[in-house]
Amino acid sequence: MIALGILLVLVLLLVVFGLLFRLQILTSIFSGSSNREIGTSNRVNAVLFLVFLVVGGAAFAWSFADSFDAMNPPIASVHGHALEKMFWTTMVILGIAFVLTQVLLFGYSYKYQHREGRRAFFFAHNNKIEIIWTLIPAVVMAALVFAGWKEWTRITGPAPKDSVVIEVMGKQFGWLARYPGRDQKLGVVNYRLIDASNDFGLDLSDQSSLDDITFSSGALHIPKGHPIMFKIRSRDVLHAVYMPHFRVQMYAVPGMPTKFWFTPTLTTEEMRAKTGNPKFTYELACNQICGRGHFAMRMEVIVEEPEDYIAWLSQQKSFSSQNPEILANLKKKAQGQKTIGATAPVGPAATAAVQSATPASL
Amino acid sequence: MAANIPTNAQAQGGIGVSVPHTEHEDHLHHDEHHEQSFISKYVFSTDHKVIAKQFLITGIFWAILGGTLSSLFRLQLGWPEATLEWLTPVLGKWVEAGKLNPEFYLALVTMHGTIMVFFVLTAGLSGTFSNFLIPLQIGARDMASGFMNMLSYWFFFISSVIMFSSLFIETGPAAAGWTIYPPLSALPQAIPGSGAGMTLWLVSMALFIVSQLLGGVNYITTIINLRTRGMSMSKLPLTIWSFFLTAVLGLLAFPVLFSAALLLIFDRSFGTSFFLSDIYIAGQALPNTGGSPILFQHLFWFLGHPEVYIVIMPAMGMVSEIMATNARKPIFGYRAMIGSLLGISLLSFVVWAHHMFVTGMNPFLGSVFMFLTLIIAVPSAVKTFNWLATLWRGNIRFTTAMLFSIGFVSLFVSGGLTGIILGNAALDIQMHNTYFVVAHFHLVMGSSAFFGLFAGVYHWFPKMFGRMMDEKLGYIHFWLTFLGVYLVFLPMHYVGIAGFPRRYYSWTGFDTFSQFADLNKFISVAAILAFFAQFVFIFNFFYSIFRGRRATENPWQSNTLEWTTPVVPGHGNWPGAIPAVYRWPYDYSKPGAETDFIPQNVPFSQTQSSNMPYEREMAD
Repeated sequence: MIALGILLVLVLLLVVFGLLFRLQILTSIFSGSSNREIGTSNRVNAVLFLVFLVVGGAAFAWSFADSFDAMNPPIASVHGHALEKMFWTTMVILGIAFVLTQVLLFGYSYKYQHREGRRAFFFAHNNKIEIIWTLIPAVVMAALVFAGWKEWTRITGPAPKDSVVIEVMGKQFGWLARYPGRDQKLGVVNYRLIDASNDFGLDLSDQSSLDDITFSSGALHIPKGHPIMFKIRSRDVLHAVYMPHFRVQMYAVPGMPTKFWFTPTLTTEEMRAKTGNPKFTYELACNQICGRGHFAMRMEVIVEEPEDYIAWLSQQKSFSSQNPEILANLKKKAQGQKTIGATAPVGPAATAAVQSATPASL
Repeated sequence: MAANIPTNAQAQGGIGVSVPHTEHEDHLHHDEHHEQSFISKYVFSTDHKVIAKQFLITGIFWAILGGTLSSLFRLQLGWPEATLEWLTPVLGKWVEAGKLNPEFYLALVTMHGTIMVFFVLTAGLSGTFSNFLIPLQIGARDMASGFMNMLSYWFFFISSVIMFSSLFIETGPAAAGWTIYPPLSALPQAIPGSGAGMTLWLVSMALFIVSQLLGGVNYITTIINLRTRGMSMSKLPLTIWSFFLTAVLGLLAFPVLFSAALLLIFDRSFGTSFFLSDIYIAGQALPNTGGSPILFQHLFWFLGHPEVYIVIMPAMGMVSEIMATNARKPIFGYRAMIGSLLGISLLSFVVWAHHMFVTGMNPFLGSVFMFLTLIIAVPSAVKTFNWLATLWRGNIRFTTAMLFSIGFVSLFVSGGLTGIILGNAALDIQMHNTYFVVAHFHLVMGSSAFFGLFAGVYHWFPKMFGRMMDEKLGYIHFWLTFLGVYLVFLPMHYVGIAGFPRRYYSWTGFDTFSQFADLNKFISVAAILAFFAQFVFIFNFFYSIFRGRRATENPWQSNTLEWTTPVVPGHGNWPGAIPAVYRWPYDYSKPGAETDFIPQNVPFSQTQSSNMPYEREMAD
């Protein structure tokens, strides 16, 4: 009933609108104004452009200033500060170009609105100014490219030798982490070994995988002040590791491991003190569309003082010690294969284990 | 004709001199005398003008649909806690317990992008105006092949029907983003939209590409071969130059998308591994190895980046033309405008990987593409300065088309500038896939191209339908839209700078993205209002087709050839011989001339008083 009422009101409104519109046309024809090429509306539009420039510009400036803090989340990495500086420097240059062109555009629109008896200036081209305004943006662009290129090369350059290596893996819909353990080497993985108990597809026949520490959920711990090297991969569709506070972003690609290194500068505790927000947490978000749970693919990141980090890490148990049955199975199978030889059916896991000598050594 | 502003009646008489015609014997009898059935006249027509209207009206249909989808997902983003039970009658099972299904949300985003980029701004914009204006402005009876032109529309139509039908299937339409990156788009296990919905998307897009190629070959051939006597390439209106280069881009880029789509179809249906490798999904390890999802992105963006110029260049051309006409001034730097179009066209093929800086691509490659990307800003800047110089010391008439053209420049600048941030690989680390990108491209290619489309419709409506659109409604439409677009997309930059990821169903799960709930509400309100403002246009458009004020032959006192045709040109465009062309299209307010415009078909011998020294020789 209410829906019907609303519909009726809408229809009536449309009818009223239509009648008013028709009325306006008829009166304009009657008064002869429809034959005039250029009337008051030309003036009104010119003034509106000026109003738009002034009021719109002021509103933009105000809202920008008002939201400035909210759009600048705190930064906590070495290269993040450099990028921040470059971002706002570029923004200032763009801002100048923005203001200049918009002022000229709307200013000219107002100033050179139609006037009776005036004739436009026949001005087809002028090579000198055209060369000048080709060169100016070219030079500015060259400077911006150079600055960007230098920073980009530094950020994507080789990581320092003493980097802490951590593997981050994306799956629908969550992040998993793997630490290399005491040997500082991430063991071999094979996606064919993945199952409910072995999220990473860790191949325990590889010696260096025995001490790997894996997390299928929970927070990611990293030490402050150390270069951190993320080895990134995905086990299903594309994901992207995105940590806005550290200015880190890199796709997680199935079949093609990627990497990104950075140095965190503030621990979670320090950041809580700095922002005055006792609940502040660093977060790792997925930033490449990956399905239903894309918007909730979150991992908490905890930055600690190096000694706290080491203390935490030393308490963690390796994957193999938490899953002794996998190791036992593997040994059994390996022995079985030796004794029975080629006549025995070879299970998929064992085949994979043999194959895994080559692939994806991270 | 002493007054600067002739009335319509005077304008109708042109500039009051007899205009010589060239003889095109073989075409002389190609007039509208033979009767045609309704079907061959309006449905399976080979007349470029009817085909243009078919593209336009189909484009309007798609634009309404694309806009509706965006309103739906803006509801979700503005009011993440609200119940949307009331949408159940329309959306059915996609509303679950009062909430939008997150997979359906992704489908909305995907289809909005696909529809707007391909079906509205490629087919609707370039399809409409390339078809309508190329023969009229170069002085041809029709396209080189009317039949291929008809096929081009009907392939587009079939492609539209297939894409539209995918909205109604049980598993939903494609939902992997309009860029359909595999593996998400390849595996139905990953998202239901990658089942039948994705198959329909790929089939539809393959047919769409066929349509584009048929159209493009035709546009290029027509422009090269069918120009009237005297219409050299350096006398072409900028509209034609832009349509020409757009068609060239389409012809070179779309086949690459076709190959990508084909390989994806193979991966999806025939077990190949072009884009798939090392995947464990839904409790199962897939047999595919050796493929690369990044390969798909290279192929996709090899089309995808020229595609944004395919969308924007026709708008640039039309805006140049409309600005010159209504500022009553020659376009400033005609040759520089052509040069920058050429520059943009060339560079658009070597910048694609700036969409992929953080995909794990070799960083050195990133440096190269950053360099090439930032170069493309130079021709764009030149165009902007030339438009400004065209306004300078003009005598501007604010027709609705002119308002939209000025709006176009404003939006193009606002959106284009932030591209300099995104093209910088180092800064893109933070900005990639955030709302900063969304705001950037919606301004620079979305809204601007829409503004170019509106400008074109308002400007050429009289030639299309023989009637005028209502100016007052046009003004209302412009101001609501212009304001609306800025209110939506300027604040969206703030959200982006703060790092909000795109394609998120909601941000409530993250502390980092907890601010800006109010701003998102604001953006949603502005977006929905701006969408509703478009119905002013739709009313005006359809009302004016039937009841609008009758147009004169040359209502804007413009120089190009289409305004020398009858009010409603028949099949064959000119009842008599095709006029010959003697001058460039921008002789507005020429010193010494009787009127403030001299159409292209007026020989120099009739304008002795205004001829430039070098033109005097040509007058003899």
